[in-house]
Amino acid sequence: MSKRDHRPGVTRRAFAIGTGALAVSSVASPLPLRAQAGPIRVGLIHPVTGFVAYNGQQSRLGATMAIEDVNKAGGIKSMGGARLEAVLGDSQSKVEVGVSEVEKMNEAGVAAYIGCFQSPVGIAATQAAAKYNTPFLIDVGASDLLVSRGLKNIFRLKPGFGKCVDDGIAALGALNKAAGGAAKSAVLVHESGEFGTGTAKLLAGKLPSIGIEAKELIAHDNPTRNFDNIALRIRSMAPDIVMMSNYGNEYMLLARTLFQQKINVAGMFSVLGGGFNYKFVKEMPDVAQFMMDTNHWFNPRSAAAQALKKRVEAGGALFTFEVYLSYSNVMLLADALERAGSADKEKLTAALASSTFKAELLPYGPTKFTNGQNEGGRPGVMQVLKGDIEVIAPAEFASAQAVFPRPKFT
Amino acid sequence: MSPDIIFAGVVNGLMAGGIYVLVATGLTLIYGVLHIINFAHGSLLMLAMYAVFFLFRPPLGLDPYLALPLVTAGAFLMGYVLYRGVIGRLSHGRDENILLITLGLSIVADNVALFLFTGDTQTIGVAYAGNYISLGPALVPLPKLISFGASMLICALLGLFMSQTDMGKAIRAVAKERQGARLVGIDVENIFAVSYGIGIACLGAAACLLMPFFYVSPSSGHVFVLIAFTTVVLGGMGSFGGALAGGLIIGVVESLAGLQFGEQLGQLGIPLVFILILLLRPTGLFGRQ
Repeated sequence: MSKRDHRPGVTRRAFAIGTGALAVSSVASPLPLRAQAGPIRVGLIHPVTGFVAYNGQQSRLGATMAIEDVNKAGGIKSMGGARLEAVLGDSQSKVEVGVSEVEKMNEAGVAAYIGCFQSPVGIAATQAAAKYNTPFLIDVGASDLLVSRGLKNIFRLKPGFGKCVDDGIAALGALNKAAGGAAKSAVLVHESGEFGTGTAKLLAGKLPSIGIEAKELIAHDNPTRNFDNIALRIRSMAPDIVMMSNYGNEYMLLARTLFQQKINVAGMFSVLGGGFNYKFVKEMPDVAQFMMDTNHWFNPRSAAAQALKKRVEAGGALFTFEVYLSYSNVMLLADALERAGSADKEKLTAALASSTFKAELLPYGPTKFTNGQNEGGRPGVMQVLKGDIEVIAPAEFASAQAVFPRPKFT
Repeated sequence: MSPDIIFAGVVNGLMAGGIYVLVATGLTLIYGVLHIINFAHGSLLMLAMYAVFFLFRPPLGLDPYLALPLVTAGAFLMGYVLYRGVIGRLSHGRDENILLITLGLSIVADNVALFLFTGDTQTIGVAYAGNYISLGPALVPLPKLISFGASMLICALLGLFMSQTDMGKAIRAVAKERQGARLVGIDVENIFAVSYGIGIACLGAAACLLMPFFYVSPSSGHVFVLIAFTTVVLGGMGSFGGALAGGLIIGVVESLAGLQFGEQLGQLGIPLVFILILLLRPTGLFGRQ
């Protein structure tokens, strides 16, 4: 885990200025230049303002770093070393703004889009991009609806929440079995949007298969000021496990409230827990201790992933999943462009559909898209142990033994 | 619901209400004196929360409760200077101008914060965050109990200031009849600036009390402002007693409705009470006719 003191607003500011300049230069770049040097425009649509601005900025960071790396390595060689050029968009966490960014970027001549973090924005934005047959790579976006509408232009490298739920449930079942069935009931706390509700419903449906009863699903809005009452209800139901599906701020507030209220459970488990990251562990080590999450994670044994982690942390940022997922999606696009030898939308879509891209930062198998979903993508299961995040499943990537059930509050 | 759960829910509601009271008190003071809705309230709360966050970080490492006098005084100064330098100067004596200026200030503050601090959520980890007090069946985290007690104390002190000091009396005079106040020699523009400063000072205090159990991001101030507006209207625009009663009522209603109907449906409790008050007593609980 990083020991750096993350000072906000210094190097990130420099980053913001840099990406801003990149955006200005991309918009200001006259069209004839594209004909000569053939820069390939890539539309990056993320919520860099609004209530998930941090996540959007992290995605933008990963994607722009990847574009920089592709260009430094000589660009797209099969296209005469054509450079990638970022066209930056801000969805502002709003569906309609995400759609208008697609339209603006189409006018700017982007070859492909990458985005959008929030599933509702992604669903609408991909639909808008489908009108122009422009490939759309979902870097972050959990809803399986993103790739189940029969649209040919959508590609998602990461696993959706269906896969994450399946793998998470399997891991939790194995843990519970090893602990002699310590957990028999669970309460699920989720944010009320597509991501949280969808994940919680899937989890609740699958919990009985591992011998755990879902006692109640508790929805909350974004943002939520106070989780005291939810803690009260959880205490009154006395579940063995609390499962959480929320975005970062609410994830952290809920975890802290349950810790403050001394809620005794065998485990706190999340699937795609929005706040499960190094920052949370660093700032609230006592709260985070023993919490578990099924999430996107980098391959700790990958030298490329470790090198990128160092670079990101050297810039004062955290190596969160948005960074390496967005980075990997740019690399996936660059690989497809290389094979297509053209930014023609049909050729590029075909190259993506037949991709066998090796996502070296991620613990994935070979890329294989089926209806736009990469079948090789899979999540990791992590637990906070001794102030660090350890991988506890899958076994081939595990860095520590899980602690389950967790010690009780005295 | 068992009586124990209801009791704990009421306690939780009161604890939350304490913060609503403080945020709403600043808002109602500004409304009472300047007759404007301060749209910059949430953004200024957010800036005060960042001040607490940066004071807590090394090298200063100042505990948020120890930082309270400093942040409150700083917030007062900021409010005073903002009024003197921007709001009063650009308003040209028109209330609707002030409204738009505060809205503009809010947009500028939010985006400057986003640029300087990024959208990242920041928290502070105080050693006593995990401590709690048992109040019967309710476990109350120590920071929330402190915030409730301090909030009530600050309201009491503010009430004393308004009723016992010359400045407080002058503020009340301007709130009631600004032309009359001007005629008896009160510097009305100065009172406007002082009132705005006190309103923002309340936010400074609220920020210190909030940070041990909440987070700050460029949009976090607005989380409390909508509820503060509701509190002010419920209690009566411009009424201190109304802000106090309104904040506590909103906190308890929100809590009990959340327990009974779930967190989402329970949120309906606040607008329902709001609508009932507007139907039955449009001036609010303590508002003047």
